[in-house]
Parts: sequence; C-alpha cells; structure tokens
Amino acid sequence: MTATATVASTTTDPSTTTRAGTPTPDGAAGRVEVHGVHKSFGTLEVLRDVNLTFEPGTVTVVLGPSGSGKSTLLRAINHLEKVDAGFVTVDGDLVGYRRRHTRRGGRRGDVLQELKERDILGQRTRIGFVFQSFNLFPHLTVLENVVEAPLSAQRRPRAEVEPEARELLDRVGLADKADARPRQLSGGQQQRVAIARALALRPRVLLFDEPTSALDPELVGEVLEVIKDVASTGTTLVVVTHEIGFAREVADTVVFMDGGVVVEQGPPAEVLSRPRHDRTRAFLDKVL
Amino acid sequence: MTAVTTPGAQTPGTQTPGTQTPGTPPPGPAAPVGDAAATPYSDLRIVPARHPGRWVATAGVAVLLAMVVSSLLTNDRWEWDVVAQYLTWPSILSGAWATIRLTAAASVVGFALGTVLALMRLSRSPLLVGVSWAYTWVFRSVPLLLQLLLWYNLAYLYPHLSLGIPFGPEFLWFDTLGVIDKFGAAILGLGLSQAAYSAEIVRAGILSVDQGQQEAAASLGIPRRRQVTRIVLPQAMRSIVPTAVNEVIGLLKGTSIVYVLAYGELFYIASVIYGRNGNVVPLLIVAAIWYLVLTTLITIVQYYVERHYAKGAVRTLPPTPLQRLRWSSAVTVSRLTGRPVPPHVPPAFAARARVGVLTRTARTSGGPA
Repeated sequence: MTATATVASTTTDPSTTTRAGTPTPDGAAGRVEVHGVHKSFGTLEVLRDVNLTFEPGTVTVVLGPSGSGKSTLLRAINHLEKVDAGFVTVDGDLVGYRRRHTRRGGRRGDVLQELKERDILGQRTRIGFVFQSFNLFPHLTVLENVVEAPLSAQRRPRAEVEPEARELLDRVGLADKADARPRQLSGGQQQRVAIARALALRPRVLLFDEPTSALDPELVGEVLEVIKDVASTGTTLVVVTHEIGFAREVADTVVFMDGGVVVEQGPPAEVLSRPRHDRTRAFLDKVL
Repeated sequence: MTAVTTPGAQTPGTQTPGTQTPGTPPPGPAAPVGDAAATPYSDLRIVPARHPGRWVATAGVAVLLAMVVSSLLTNDRWEWDVVAQYLTWPSILSGAWATIRLTAAASVVGFALGTVLALMRLSRSPLLVGVSWAYTWVFRSVPLLLQLLLWYNLAYLYPHLSLGIPFGPEFLWFDTLGVIDKFGAAILGLGLSQAAYSAEIVRAGILSVDQGQQEAAASLGIPRRRQVTRIVLPQAMRSIVPTAVNEVIGLLKGTSIVYVLAYGELFYIASVIYGRNGNVVPLLIVAAIWYLVLTTLITIVQYYVERHYAKGAVRTLPPTPLQRLRWSSAVTVSRLTGRPVPPHVPPAFAARARVGVLTRTARTSGGPA
C-alpha cells in the first residue's frame, strides 16, 4: 500500500517560509520524505513499503493501534532504527547514507556510502526526538540536561547556549526548575524539560513518540500546550499519540497506520470524521 | 504528636518534659478541650509495646561483650604494651605506607584496565569481545599467588623488553629485572588480576543503566565517547561503587600475599620483626590494627563517593553522619532545655524533640494514675 501526500500545497518555496510564516532558526525548512521503507524485527515485518512526505512547518499526527509500526517509523526517521529497504531524507539529505561517486574496481557510478556513527550523530542534531518515557539524564540538573547536546554535539559556546536554554525552560514554564534534578519533577514537568532539551538543538524536525502516554491524565494538558506552542514556531512536527482531541485541533495531517502500512491520511476533519477505510473507522470507534 | 496532649493545646517544640501533662480531664461525656473533643481517643494514654524477648537478647549479648572486653584487658598474653610499642614503629609505618601504595597502584591499574575490558566486552567487534572474555577467563582462573611468582620470574622468559614497531625495528631496550622489580611484579600481579574482576563489575554497572539513556544521548547527537563518560558511566557508578570498594578492601588485604616476593609491605615487615624477637601475637595484632584502620578510611571514602553518585537517583540525599550528629544533638539540647529546635534542623529530626524517650518517661511517671 503506498500513499504519498502533499500537505501544505500552498507553500511554494519550502526552504524559506513555513506555515507560520517564520523561518526556522537556521533558515532551513524541515521537509521529511519517507520512501518505500521496510523494516523487520526477526520474522515480524513492522513497516511495509511506507511512503510519506511531511511538508515543512506542518504538524502530522500518526494514529494507529499498538504494534502498527508508528514508533518504528519515527525511530527510522532519525536512524535510531536502521531500515531494511527504502530511505528517508530530511531536506533532501539522506539519513544515514551519502551519495558518492566511485570509480573503484571498475564499478564506476554513484553509490550510497553508509555514514559513520559520528556523521549520523551530526544528522540527528537536526532531528529532535521526544520519548514516551522522557529519558532525561537523572544525574544532571534540568539546565545541564538542556545544554548538554548543544555543548557537546554542536560545540557551541556555553555563553551562548546557557541563556538560550534558560529561555527555553521559561517557554515550557519551568524557569524556576533549572537547578532541580529530573526525579524531583512531576512526569508532565519532566516531559516539558525533554521538549526543551530537544528544542535546544534548534532542530528542523521534531519527532514525538507518544509524549503523553506515560503521564497521569491531569498532566497531559500541560505537555500538549507546550507542543502546540512549538507547532506555532514553524518546526516540522511528527507526533505519535492517542490524543484524538489534540489531532483534531493542531494537526494539519492525520496519518492512520495499521499492520505496518499507511492505511489512510488526510486533514483531520476528513480522516477523523469521515474515515474512508473500515480499519480506521474500527480504530476510531474504539478510542473515541 | 505526643500521647496525652490535646492536639492544638500546645505549640509543638516548645513543650518541656515536666510541664506538658495537660491534666487529663476525668473521663466523661462531652469534655470538649479545643478540637480534641472531635476524637474519642484524645484523652487516653498510649502504653508502649513491651519486648521481653528483645530485653533478654540484649542482656545476653551484653554479658558476652563484657566477657570479651574483660579477657582482652586481663589476659597478659595479649601484651598490649608490646602492641603499643610497635604500632608506630618506623618500619611498621613504612610497611603500612607500602601497603597503601600497593593498594592504590593496583586499584588504579585494575580499574583502568577493567573499564577498558568492560567496554571491549560490550563492543560490536567479535575480536574485542573475545579477547576481553579470554582475559577475564585466564586471570580469574589462575591463583593470584601463582601469578605473582610468574610475573616476578618474567625475566626468565624475556630477559629484555623493548619498544618498537610490532615485528619490526626496536627503539628502546630495557633489562626486564630493571623494570619489573618486586614492586613492579606486585603491581602487575595484583593489578592485572584485579582488572579481570573489575571488568565484570564495570560491565554489570553499565548494563544496569536504562537503555533509554543511551538512546536519548544518541538521539541528541552527543558524541559516542561523551555518551559513555558523561551519560552512562556516571549512572553506572551507583551500582559499581559498592562492589568496587569491596574489591579495593579485598585488594588491601590481598597485598599481604606479596610477602612471598619478600616485598616490604605491612604483613611482611611484621613477620620479619616477630621472626627476630618472637613476639608473634602482638605483631600480628599490630598488623591487624593497621588493616582495620586502613579499611575504615576506605569505608569513609566509600560513603562520600556513593553519596556523590546518588545525586539525582534519590529525591533528597540522606544526611551524612556528621549532619546526623549535629542535628540529633540539637534536638537533644532542645528536649532537655525546652528551647525551640534551631531552624537548620530538618523537620524529620525536629519531630523527635516532641516524641521521644525522655518526654514519654516524664509523662508516664507524671501522668494521672
């Protein structure tokens, strides 16, 4: 099953403008393309020929029953999971590989050179990732959590990184918790720190893997508010979640996955209210 | 709160043992004192549970302890005067110092190499994994005593050591005996075998860190080496330290085995002295006291190292023994004098000023019959 969508068709030049009309910090766009991606764990095929395009500055919510391959898709986008076939590009750059011309051994032509871990790590700084279980570093303070990657991965000076980190913490409403340690915070606060930590790298794309699934119901709202705020800044967001209300309100596109394939996708009003496929309808009946 | 007081009648922390029996009102219906009337139990005295079994056991152990102490003091054969004389004997001190040096050097060699071996074991290269596994296998299997003698006799196998390109020219030459003296052989023997054990300890520590931590670090693009040194190892330390200190203490005592090389560490020196003057038991006691002292020092260091790595793993760190002592004495003073507990004492400790043995005794004896 293949399906390719062009969502923000009004955006003519994706490299300079985004949905909100503001360019991302480094002027880059954040267009993610997933082409024919397959992934198996042992004999279990979790992704089967997935084709998706996430337009710059859009918010895409990925829905689907557990085991449908949503999380694996996200992890494939930032190469935490190596795909078996197909490829992923971010702003035209292949994730995990580089196109290279070779003339060695008489086999002239272009090849895909697998990148070294160092280069893959470099690519990841453009793609933020927010985990279901937060995965904050418990032995570091909140501020240290946020500045760690800009300092060590992007080698930016502390004098520049630290004020920016405090600003980000202020934006997620945790300016006063800079010196606390993660375990002293509530789940919702921890997830907000995790979002600030991901934003500190100024990513073009931000991936959320069920960001509210580990939270108490009354803490879900505060995290979704922060995600909404991030959505308004023009970063491309891909959110795996079960929060249908959030999808309806914030998403530009809703993608429904089941059994490792994209079943259907479209604007939330369409997919959520008038699903075309039985599987989507069955799923929505269960969660709504 | 205390047993007989009517809640709200007195400000906590200001009551003194003698004055705080509020004169329990005679039992009867409707004797409202403040909001105490709300609970029907406020007027009743709490009688602490009795533990006769515990008293008997305590008495028994106390008698045994007294017997031990008395025998230590009254049996002349312990020769405490000789022990005192040799405890600070210069050669004993130099022996203790040699033991410290051996322990420190072997620990550094052991844990540095052990960490490398642990990382090799966790690498994706089968050769590195295999070599690390084989190293641990060999060095854990061969007795330490045998290893020490082997290293000491290295000169028999290789009379000269040299630095150079593998299978190529050599630049620097050493006499094996010149490089690996008694101390060198001891360090090699103790350190290399320690590395085999340390490797497993470090590996277990690394495995104990949640997989999500490394994943998060990777997703943030943090360089590989930094992932290990900044994210994984500091968290692994929490489970590494207690076992590692165990190993260091084992190593401290294990250095006594080096006496087979006639190296002048604590035990060897003690044995040389008693060999000369025949005071076997007192000198063994001298050595034992020094090992006790050194182990105590290591245990204190361990406490603070563990505390350091506990940061973030617990919400609030437990108090250090010093803090505990300061706070408890402040509480005791407050209980005896009736003055309020100083503000720097945390609430959990301050609460003891109100509920405690002294207050309870005073109350039960002064309470209405």
